[in-house]
Amino acid sequence: MSHSATAAATPTASHDENQQHPIRLYLTVWVWLFILSVGSYMVDILQFQGLLRWGLIVVLMLLKAGLIVSIFMHMRWERLALSYAILVPPVLILVFVALMALESHHTLLTRVLFLNGGT
Amino acid sequence: MSDPAVTPSHETSARVPGLRGIVADWSSDQRSFKTASWGKVMMWVFLLSDTFIFGCFLLSYMTARMSTTVTWPNASEVFSLEIAGHHMPLLLIAIMTFVLITSSGTMAMAVNYGYRRDRRKTAILMLLTALFGAMFVGMQAFEWSKLISEGVRPWENPFGAQQFGAIFFMITGFHGTHVTIGVIFLLIVARKVWRGDFDTGRPGFFTARKGRYEIVEIMGLYWHFVDLVWVFIFAFFYLW
Repeated sequence: MSHSATAAATPTASHDENQQHPIRLYLTVWVWLFILSVGSYMVDILQFQGLLRWGLIVVLMLLKAGLIVSIFMHMRWERLALSYAILVPPVLILVFVALMALESHHTLLTRVLFLNGGT
Repeated sequence: MSDPAVTPSHETSARVPGLRGIVADWSSDQRSFKTASWGKVMMWVFLLSDTFIFGCFLLSYMTARMSTTVTWPNASEVFSLEIAGHHMPLLLIAIMTFVLITSSGTMAMAVNYGYRRDRRKTAILMLLTALFGAMFVGMQAFEWSKLISEGVRPWENPFGAQQFGAIFFMITGFHGTHVTIGVIFLLIVARKVWRGDFDTGRPGFFTARKGRYEIVEIMGLYWHFVDLVWVFIFAFFYLW
């Protein structure tokens, strides 16, 4: 950790743009990513079913994604103008997900009704 | 045009935080991303477009899986391994996940040492990242050959719904391509760091312009994104 103090003192490096963070932060995030991944794996090993399974999978996935984007990709330290420009558009995919879910229910229904059980 | 007395204080200290800051940054008659360099912003925009590509892949997977009347293959069993008589569900995928997360960790540290201008540590950590990336691609090649030998094809498979093969090869193939490109990109940048191009201001091969250590961070953004995509593939394709 003593390195960061000396490096920050170099005149060329301004804190905002050069992302000086202690190595310990990255190691902590790394350990957490391992723990969360083991968690996801355990969901499968322990054969959780139904809402518990989906809920755990999605929560662990989002926690991992959040750690990677905010710490490893330094999004936490960017200005909000950039963060929102990058992070808000992917949320719109959820609209597409809703549309396609409706569409596939319809396809499934027609397959069951008209294709002898859909085979 | 630029007023030398205004620029330094204007660029650093007078930034408004929060939502008010977003409005101020976007509405001003200047560039919208005040503190991020163009290289970094362009990488982010590229990654956003890539997000939509992988988003559409996962969406088509969802649609195929929801609309088929045939049972979907159980990924936990399809990707299981037999090791010394023990049946290990999803073992290879778990190892691949840990390898990719580890490579992300070494990449993050490489970025850190890059900004400290520690050439040796940066280059070694980047090469280590590339090695983990190559390991990942190797394991994926093993996984593909195993499934192909078991009769999985883009149009059929012995486990259940026919679309399973097409979606598996499409999604993991596209992700593996990203990892492979990342490994090549890593090796190129690691060579530049090792040689000290960013200290001596050596002109780049294609651009003939001086590079900066920031390229390590931009490279890192790409690499972490590859890890990020794997998090979603792991959750939706392998676990769901």
